Amino acid sequence: MQRRKFLKQTIQGALLPSILGGLSVKAWANSPLLQSLSGANNDHVLVLVQLSGGNDGLNTLIPLEFYSNYNRIRPNIAIPENRVLALNNNLKTGLHPSLTGMQQMYNEEKLCAIQAVGYPSPNGSHFRSMDIWLTGSDTNQYLSTGWAGRYLNHQFPNYPIGFPNDVMPDPLALQIGSVLSPVFLSPTGFNALAIDESLNFYNLIDAIQDPAPNTPSGNELTYLRTVAKQTNRYAEAITGAAAKVTQQSPYPADNYLAAQLKAVAKLVAGGLKTKIYMVSMGGFDTHAGQVNGGNTLTGNHSALLKQVSEAITAFTKDLKFLGVSNRVLGMTFSEFGRRMQSNGSLGTDHGAAQPVFLFGDAVKQGVLGKNPDIPATTQAIDNVPMQYDFRSVYSTILRDWFCLPPNEVENVLLKNYQYLPVIQSTACNMDILELNNLGDNLIINYPNPFTSSTTITFKSAGGHTLVQVFDTTGKRVAILADKVYDAGTYSVTFNSVSLASGVYYARLQNGSLQQVRPMLKAR
Amino acid sequence: MNETLLKSTTAVVNKNKTNTFTAGLEEYTGTWETAQVVHLLKRMLFGASAQHIAYFKQLTMQQAVDELLLPTAPPSNYPLNNYSVDGYTDPTGVPLWQTWIDTGIALADKDLNEKRINSFKTWWLGQVLQSASTKSIHEKMTVFWHNHFATDTAISSDTIKARFWYDHYLTLRQHALGNFKNLAKAITIDPAMLYFLNGDSNSKQSPNENYGRELQELYTAGKGPNSHYTEDDVKAAALVLTGHTVSPITFTYFFDAGKHHSGNKEFSAFYGNRIITGYSGAAGATEVDELLDMILAQEEVSKFICRKIYRYFIYYKIDDDVEQTIITPMAQIFRQNNFDIVPVLSALFKSKHFFDLTYSSACIIKSPLDFTIGLCSEFNVNMPDAADSEATYAVWQSIENEAAEMQQQLGAIPEVAGWYAYYQEPAFHELWINTSTYTRRNIFTDRMIADGITNSNHTIAIDAIAFASGLANPGNPNLLIDQSVEVLLRYPLSASAKEFIKRSILLSGQMQDYYWTGAWNAYVANPADPSAKATILSRLKSLYKYIMNLPEYHLC
Repeated sequence: MQRRKFLKQTIQGALLPSILGGLSVKAWANSPLLQSLSGANNDHVLVLVQLSGGNDGLNTLIPLEFYSNYNRIRPNIAIPENRVLALNNNLKTGLHPSLTGMQQMYNEEKLCAIQAVGYPSPNGSHFRSMDIWLTGSDTNQYLSTGWAGRYLNHQFPNYPIGFPNDVMPDPLALQIGSVLSPVFLSPTGFNALAIDESLNFYNLIDAIQDPAPNTPSGNELTYLRTVAKQTNRYAEAITGAAAKVTQQSPYPADNYLAAQLKAVAKLVAGGLKTKIYMVSMGGFDTHAGQVNGGNTLTGNHSALLKQVSEAITAFTKDLKFLGVSNRVLGMTFSEFGRRMQSNGSLGTDHGAAQPVFLFGDAVKQGVLGKNPDIPATTQAIDNVPMQYDFRSVYSTILRDWFCLPPNEVENVLLKNYQYLPVIQSTACNMDILELNNLGDNLIINYPNPFTSSTTITFKSAGGHTLVQVFDTTGKRVAILADKVYDAGTYSVTFNSVSLASGVYYARLQNGSLQQVRPMLKAR
Repeated sequence: MNETLLKSTTAVVNKNKTNTFTAGLEEYTGTWETAQVVHLLKRMLFGASAQHIAYFKQLTMQQAVDELLLPTAPPSNYPLNNYSVDGYTDPTGVPLWQTWIDTGIALADKDLNEKRINSFKTWWLGQVLQSASTKSIHEKMTVFWHNHFATDTAISSDTIKARFWYDHYLTLRQHALGNFKNLAKAITIDPAMLYFLNGDSNSKQSPNENYGRELQELYTAGKGPNSHYTEDDVKAAALVLTGHTVSPITFTYFFDAGKHHSGNKEFSAFYGNRIITGYSGAAGATEVDELLDMILAQEEVSKFICRKIYRYFIYYKIDDDVEQTIITPMAQIFRQNNFDIVPVLSALFKSKHFFDLTYSSACIIKSPLDFTIGLCSEFNVNMPDAADSEATYAVWQSIENEAAEMQQQLGAIPEVAGWYAYYQEPAFHELWINTSTYTRRNIFTDRMIADGITNSNHTIAIDAIAFASGLANPGNPNLLIDQSVEVLLRYPLSASAKEFIKRSILLSGQMQDYYWTGAWNAYVANPADPSAKATILSRLKSLYKYIMNLPEYHLC
């Protein structure tokens, strides 16, 4: 053996190779072409607002149409008819008096309500029903993945291998809060990161992290915390995005949901390409004290709804102020609604179907569905009957907001669900300027980034059609189509096993049209 | 420890009083509760399992330490042929899953030898992993001596036969809880070490100083400020060691008198200008005993070893206080007991200093072996039937690979001075952790709590429900968290952190504890109900993932 070699340089630098691929496509980072690569071919963002505990739908979206029966079965908690907030062009339904901000959003065509969303054979357990909503399962089906996790896995199938990269430099999804929701579980693990509302990473939360004492263990913990912070490969992207936004419009104080949404607005406006955010708020399990005796306008539920409404309203205004309101769609949901009848404790027990709210520039104003029928014979055990399957809401978001083709929506949600007319049809269509900038997706590939092979789909208007693949030096590495085609859509496979990782360009030539699609081969 | 020593220790403490360091080597007489038991087990073993905690809690502290210091029997199984796969055949005819230990020593086949070395390394990892179920420090102490007499089986893999490494491990193990002088002698004439540091070619015609140097610099006197051996001492020691070699015929140690330098060897003032009289013939072999006696007679040697023990088991920082209050009396015990190892460990682990939980607890950053094997032990991860060799080796390999990715592999120490974490000033244990290894650790725990780690279709995974069921009060969310972190973390979690974890994970945002209790009871009442099981399993997985993702989890 050789004379021993003592390591002189710093150890940290010498021990391990970088775990990330170090792909270099910086020159293209701001090109519109590359923008179109980013998973879903648009910059749309979904914000999930989870209201934990089971929100009382009947006191949120109030069936004015059946007011007398409503008042009869809920004598101790009913909202006085004349205090229910009216909706433009909708006399049958109104909002809880705490929801003044959301009333205004509705009237400004930024809010849509979907009546009685649920699933067949509802489960009354908070835990189980929440798992059903988050995974998108049937009542007796046990999925180990969440619906958002499956969508992200579909868009970024290789994650986390090769991520972040220049195509998707940001977290796929972010949970505001410290514990990741099962909604983000994909077949390859969690597809999201958790950060707290002051944009610290999970397990580095100021609120619950006591400063380490000046003892040996305290010193070592401080060291570990420092490395943990550095370890997060998205730390720079997130702090960088946050730093870009120095001014936001006001949010209500002492409102945790508002603080979370403020962080989301900051990150969206700061340029993160993150597709999905999740925020949450608890306390909706109003078995007792939902209202104060004698004044149903006050009490826990009223205070909770006020927070929700003020937070969402401030968020919407801020997004507009920051110039990104057209990029964001929000959705509120709970694990279930509550029982139709009130109980004897000024509250309501676990129920089933619930109203879901969508908000944002792209929603269609309206209340979809009918007011729940409230028969005079309503029993204590009766639930609001389901009108829409919750997975129809997800399907609609995937198709009409994330612009996924219906067959792919079905792959993500594992079944074919009804689509709902709640999102404006322009959301997935681009205007001419965008088309010129982004291309009409005459040629796309999937998956992207890819590791060994990817499927290139192209549209031919008919006639001679050529599909070539070039590397970044301009060298042609493949000809995948070179003949006369009938008009239509075709798919070819680009097998890149023998090629280095990096950017490749698929070029379509058809008549006078040509289009180039950048593709990224990850390690 | 004698009374004079106790008194002087106390005096030193008082004189050098610091705000963080109060207790010395005098025996601990305080409470013996779960915290103390877990602290002791996490340091003396790889991880503290619930079963071991319950067992040792019933003993007294002294009984517990005494039992943990008892040696265990050497392995009754041998490294097996795990390499006759993908069309490869062992040229000596050893079939798959039979031991290769007695064949092929004379065969010059580097490829085969490397396969066997890999088999040996995996097997060694397996011995440590299996020791998780025993109640002895023995394997952990063997790893300590492996780090001390650090070797890398990848070096000279054409010469150093896998069998030599196997014997080397047994030698380390045999003396791990024995006598340091005997250990040093055994290693000095150990064939693997003779090859590794060129003792095999050290002859009077062409002396090789490699081992003579490391013997003093790394194994005995060290490089501390009070170690003053000289370059001439290196040369003289090398001459003493000439002729100790490995027979090319029998492949065992032998003394080749013809290669031994028979002249007198003169040493420096550090060794009192000692002259070791040279002998010719077979008598030349005895000089090595004189050499070791001479070196070990230096007080600094006992201190050097005790500092390494302290850094390995307590904390890496040795300031003047620790040196005077702990190291000096430890070294005295070591010398008084003629370099028997157990009395030193016994005094240390029974000391007030060790049980000063404010100072001595939760300050070691888990080594990769502690991290991986400790996890298997603490979660009682299910291991395959020992009779199923294929599954057993696949699982051992999984753990070996994981620990290797985190920069620690048995039989592959990167420097002759040991793993960086045990010698590199000033960071020591912190060197286990960098952005890359920290990520690997998180990925490891995430996978173990998610779907497990699979190698050749054999999976190991944490059974979160089984772990929780083994706790005293899993249906109470507060106690479930308390009792879980009592086993898994030595650094205390604040009440607000626990409340947060309870609320956001076990209660999924609900306010009332009975939601968790109800879910747990529903599962207990009907464990076969998929809904009840799914509900608690997802939350327990989330709970343990969260705990293992905490920076605190890396401390023991």
